[in-house]
Order: sequence, then structure tokens, then C-alpha cells
Amino acid sequence: MAVEVRIPTILRQYTDGAKSVEGHGDTLAALIDDLESRHAGLRDRLIENGTLRRFVNVYLNDEDVRFLEGEKTPVSDGDVVTVLPAVAGGGPA
Amino acid sequence: MLTIRRDLVDAIIAHARRDHPDEACGVIAGPAGSDRPERFIPMINAARSPTFYEFDSMDLLRLYKEMDERDEEPVVIYHSHTDTEAYPSRTDVAYASEPNAHYVLVSDAIEGETQFRSFRIVDGEVTEEEVKIIDGE
Repeated sequence: MAVEVRIPTILRQYTDGAKSVEGHGDTLAALIDDLESRHAGLRDRLIENGTLRRFVNVYLNDEDVRFLEGEKTPVSDGDVVTVLPAVAGGGPA
Repeated sequence: MLTIRRDLVDAIIAHARRDHPDEACGVIAGPAGSDRPERFIPMINAARSPTFYEFDSMDLLRLYKEMDERDEEPVVIYHSHTDTEAYPSRTDVAYASEPNAHYVLVSDAIEGETQFRSFRIVDGEVTEEEVKIIDGE
């Protein structure tokens, strides 16, 4: 068993085009470190200065991890993690 | 080039006017790989701001799951500018994360003219494209 991680289109360049990959770890941060070992470059797109990037949404089994414990959120085998970049913008040109 | 039905163009402009002075935002989904915008999905601007828009994170998850189940993708991602021209701002470019989408901007800011423009935003680079409006549903 492992944690399934669903990867958005824009980050599939790090997963050889795979829509979902598997990883291990006790927390989201550890899981991301584990993914980084096989999908180099992915971590930087998710984490900045040790915390989740503001405009990347990460969900653990359909809950936004920001409302859990962020990158310290515990994860376990069988969980599903979904990554979705925020759809955001606007303002003066 | 973006090819889009007139009723969808009208729906985007109507949404922008309805939410004014806040920025309006949403998606037009279409069959994956078709490049054909079909299903109009207005979204709530969680930022409720005249200078910023962001899909609510739970709405975003629901939207992507639904598109996934229907084998759709976001063909058009639209939002309105309320005080500036319909051209991607620095913020728009920084957060653009769908390289295959047509980023549509609408604006009424330039007096007497409704702008409806479409762009590709890939790796921080903005390219305006032609918009072809077609009739029929």
C-alpha cells in the first residue's frame, strides 16, 4: 500500500506524463520528499521555504490540507492526495 | 485561435456585468483534447475583489473532479478586469497554470467598448490569439 498522489497537467512534466503517482511518508512533507526522489523538481513546485506554496492547493481525501495541518498533515497508506494549482489572478496590468 | 459559440461569449459578458465591481471568473469545459468550449461553469470569486480573483479551493476540487469524471478539461478560463484593459496582468501570468487553456479576459473599463480577448499563457509568456465567434448551440 502507498499514498496515491494525483498530479495536475502542469506538473506532469515531472512524472513522465503520469496523472497519478504513488509515494510513502508519515506526513505530507515526507511524502513530497519521497516523490522528489523519483520525480526531481516536483518538490520546488509544491513547497517554498518549508511550507506549501500559497497558490498550490493540496487535498487529503478531499480536504484542503490548509484546514488540516498543512505540510505537517499526517498521511497513511490508502490515502489519496490531490494537487491542484489555484485558479487565480486579476488586478492592474 | 479560440473558436467559441456566441451564446457562451454572451454568458461570460453577462457574468462579468453581474459581478461588477468585483472580478467575475469561471470556466468553459469541453471534451478532453477537443479544444471546443461547451459547458459554461461560472465560479464564485472567493476573493470577492475588484482587483483579484481566486476560485474557492473546495469549488476548485469539485470542478476538477467533475471534469475528470466527464472526460473534460478547462478549454476556457475566463475572468473580468473591472478597471483595466482585457490584457493579462502580472498576477494573471504568475498564476496561470493551464498551458492548454485559452485565457479569456473581458473588460468594460474602456469606455463604450466591451473587450473580449483570448490569450495563451505558457511558462510566463503571453500570446494573444484570434477569437472566432460562431453561431449555434
